[in-house]
Amino acid sequence: MKTIHIQTSIDDHRVAKLAAFAIALHMVEAIIPSPLPGVKPGIANIVTLYVLYQYGFATAAWVSILRVFASSLLLGLFLSPTFALGLSGAICSLCILWLATHLPKKWFGPVSLSILAAFAHIGGQLLMVRLWLIPHAGVAYLVPIFAVAALFFGCINGLITAKLLAKDSH
Amino acid sequence: MLNLRHSLKRLNPKLLTKYLFIGDWLIVIASLIGVFFLFQTLWSNESAAKVQITVGDKIYATYSLNQQREIHIHGKLGDTVISISQGKARFAKSPCHTQYCVHQGWLTHAGQAAICLPNQVSLELLGETKPYDSLNY
Repeated sequence: MKTIHIQTSIDDHRVAKLAAFAIALHMVEAIIPSPLPGVKPGIANIVTLYVLYQYGFATAAWVSILRVFASSLLLGLFLSPTFALGLSGAICSLCILWLATHLPKKWFGPVSLSILAAFAHIGGQLLMVRLWLIPHAGVAYLVPIFAVAALFFGCINGLITAKLLAKDSH
Repeated sequence: MLNLRHSLKRLNPKLLTKYLFIGDWLIVIASLIGVFFLFQTLWSNESAAKVQITVGDKIYATYSLNQQREIHIHGKLGDTVISISQGKARFAKSPCHTQYCVHQGWLTHAGQAAICLPNQVSLELLGETKPYDSLNY
């Protein structure tokens, strides 16, 4: 019998470490009660943003997607609606982040990226809700609440990321 | 990187000037305006134009709210009186035991509804366009 040996690079280890950190934050967030399902600080996105700035988009995408899969396994929600929402949100915000990395760095900092990613995240989730989970126009009533939450937490997460990045550059 | 708690503690207003570039401010302002318009368009309380009366499982009639009128409807238990006045409508009299429908008072905004289950009569206010059904949602 042949044993399969997977060669891992330093990059793989780095992705795994960063993803583990994001998963830990996700777990912490999972136990914080929320007034409305779906309104969450999304602190795990701080890791995604930080990684995006330090190691580039590919690593950030790996960390973000791995986080969605692994944390859903840990919470016992793999392939559940919650998982589908998380995945669609993550994919949407990664798409926006990829576009946003092309913005001039001089004027647009982590806060911009964080806010845009938060809006994309909630946009992706609401689209999923509207098309699949609750196919009813009434979902539109919730949009403004989610938008406010996305703006607020996007700002906070962006500021935390900016602070972390500034600390690392010194 | 692991100093998250430390960072959270030091998150003070001074950060806003230090870490927000001009583009960030633009994004924040644009987002605020966007959110404001979202509230305006999606949470607008459109004033109603018409009242639709349903008796049993059939639409009985639709009246304009721009009039002063009393409508007598024969329901399952007896006569219900619905009054329309200056863009509002209400159950004025009902033969039902609970009188919930009457106590609900005037309906003013599109999408609002009052239902009298015992007499099987219901009112729904309609705007120019039918709004989202928040009741069923």
